[in-house]
Amino acid sequence: MPRMTMIEAIRSALDVSMARNDDVVVYGEDVGFFGGVFRCTQGLQQKYGVSRCFDAPISECGIVGTAVGMAAYGLRPCVELQFADYMYPAYDQIVSEAARLRYRSAGDFTCPLVIRMPTGGGIFGGQTHSQSPEALFTHVAGLKTVVPSNPHDAKGLLIAAIEDPDPVIFLEPKRLYNGPFDGHHDRPVTPWAKHELAEVPEGYYTTPLGKAVTRRAGEGVTVLTYGTMVHVALAAVAESGVDAEVIDLRTLLPLDLDTIVASVARTGRCIVVHEATLTSGFGAELTALVQEHCFYHLEAPVMRVTGWDTPYPHAQEWDYFPGPARLGQALRDILETR
Amino acid sequence: MTSLTPLRFHVPEPASRPGGKPDFSGVSIPKAGSVRRPPVDVAPEEIRDLAYSIIRVLDHEGQPIGPWVPDLSRDELVAGLRHMVTLRTFDARMQMAQRQGKTSFYMQHTGEEAVSCAFRIALGPDDMNFPTYRQAGLLIAHDYPLVDMMCQIYSNANDPMKGRQLPVFYSSRKHGFFSISGNLATQFVQAVGWAMASAIKGDSRIAAAWIGDGSTAESDFHAALVFASTYKAPVVLNVVNNQWAISTFQGIARGGSGTFAARGLGFGIPALRVDGNDYLATYAVAKWAIERARLNLGPTLIEYVTYRAGAHSTSDDPSAYRPKHESEEWPLGDPVIRLKQHLIAAGAWSEERHKQAEAEILSEVIAAQKEAESFGTLHSGSKPSARDIFEDVYAELPPHLRRQRQQIGV
Repeated sequence: MPRMTMIEAIRSALDVSMARNDDVVVYGEDVGFFGGVFRCTQGLQQKYGVSRCFDAPISECGIVGTAVGMAAYGLRPCVELQFADYMYPAYDQIVSEAARLRYRSAGDFTCPLVIRMPTGGGIFGGQTHSQSPEALFTHVAGLKTVVPSNPHDAKGLLIAAIEDPDPVIFLEPKRLYNGPFDGHHDRPVTPWAKHELAEVPEGYYTTPLGKAVTRRAGEGVTVLTYGTMVHVALAAVAESGVDAEVIDLRTLLPLDLDTIVASVARTGRCIVVHEATLTSGFGAELTALVQEHCFYHLEAPVMRVTGWDTPYPHAQEWDYFPGPARLGQALRDILETR
Repeated sequence: MTSLTPLRFHVPEPASRPGGKPDFSGVSIPKAGSVRRPPVDVAPEEIRDLAYSIIRVLDHEGQPIGPWVPDLSRDELVAGLRHMVTLRTFDARMQMAQRQGKTSFYMQHTGEEAVSCAFRIALGPDDMNFPTYRQAGLLIAHDYPLVDMMCQIYSNANDPMKGRQLPVFYSSRKHGFFSISGNLATQFVQAVGWAMASAIKGDSRIAAAWIGDGSTAESDFHAALVFASTYKAPVVLNVVNNQWAISTFQGIARGGSGTFAARGLGFGIPALRVDGNDYLATYAVAKWAIERARLNLGPTLIEYVTYRAGAHSTSDDPSAYRPKHESEEWPLGDPVIRLKQHLIAAGAWSEERHKQAEAEILSEVIAAQKEAESFGTLHSGSKPSARDIFEDVYAELPPHLRRQRQQIGV
């Protein structure tokens, strides 16, 4: 089986989807001729023509607004916003339009639309190329929100998202595009080629939305995380020697609560990890759900390891990023709580 | 040392306010028939002047004149008159129903009936409108059932929107009427996307975007013009300038550009300005733009110059922000009276037949209202189920909504 980077896997998902369904169209800033600033759409315009893969003006409102109209027409647009940090001009179209079209028209019009956007930090992108705005989407009724952590899932989840009858926000952790990143920024970069989850079938397959996966089984504590932080969590667990269970949520909404509850009920401890800021982050929702559903199993307060409640800094990136040292400390602390 | 002039902050003001005399001296009205009709494949730079003029067909005596006189039969014009009277009668009944507490809110079209009624007739049956809340003529002139509109307004058990939307926020794919949003201008760019999709698929259907003068200030409007221009989308971009955005006069959104039609010029989009109270002119200009879209000539921007004779909605009183009798002074008159006058002058209509038609329409509307009320009104009778709160958020009910629905016990 070929090994792909996350970029190649995403490109393959778009390729497979465009080949299978003429209604799939792909566009965004620099997406057409050039193939996207991260190269995720490279070659698609040459293969499928300019009417299926094209450059858009720099207007996120226009990109998403036209995509809502295309989806209402019956196409399956899969648009790219160059960075999640740039999605704010499109937010009204996402929240008030895409998310609610089925509901407000009682199913008369629907919005099968995928909005891809690179998310998260770790690339010295400063505050305008590093944000993790997933909670701004999970808070909105009518949206589905997906964050893959590896090439295999990225392809399967993206094909499933394109086939989904509802709007899906597809957040691509940009630090994972070219290799798994365990948070040790001072070590040599690991390529995907050495990772088993980079084994990606060339053809069609889907990874269902709404299903989490256990990346490491353990008995001492459950770590709930997604995206880049899955790899950071696995590294922190290995280094700390704590017998932790690491759950990769993959889809934040709909959330696989059953997998979460089954794990925490067994371990009795839970740490929620994400790059995004702490206050009102998605971790707050996870923490509340664990408290509601696992209260009598808990042996320690649920902990959160996240980005600080500040804008994402530039020079101080690694003081901001919740790396393996911070998570390792949390793992030791939560086990000491009785 | 040079002395610098103190900078001045400028806030435009309307010509007059409550207590003042209505003043439309700033609205320059060309004579009917005086504006040329270019071929549909004209280069936009050759008709820049049309963005600053007003295309008019009916003169003061109701005679059609000039190159824009449309090819509409007397029967078609009588049908158009009936559509407008139906819309006006419908509005009056629903306004009253709101005052009687049968619904929460209503928005009338008074003075603007020609715009949506005439446009609908110019459009093909399978084309798609992306309307605002003041284009119900698109439904009425396309034979959408009045009872269904009223059930929507009453949010009753037969409301096609299942009680989820504010009154008048209709949706009917079958009738080429996109779901209405209360977030203004969002639909304008969606219409462009729908038109792009139609072109991508090699379809023959076109889209029509709708917006009011006030909400052209939203970024969605400008994004729509960029995308429509870039991809030559088969879309008609309609700006209904009814002079007032609630209490804000049109100059606040328009700024220094002179007209809203002129917004199209910088995008290379042909832009026409038309007398929106002239059914014939509105139809003719719509037809011209629709033909351009169908011939792959791209988008057209149309500004309909009209006047909102009533309140913005049941929630405001215009006498608080404009002279009390301003609507009577509006120089383009009333669209119903003008079409009636034209048909009478043409020998196709009479005052008696008009009165008779008004009575017939009133009884049709009352009959529809009785039927709609038999299915309930907002606060009495049957209404949509609490179960409907949870349906259609997604195609399939996800687990968290299933748990929440169980909590409400439905």
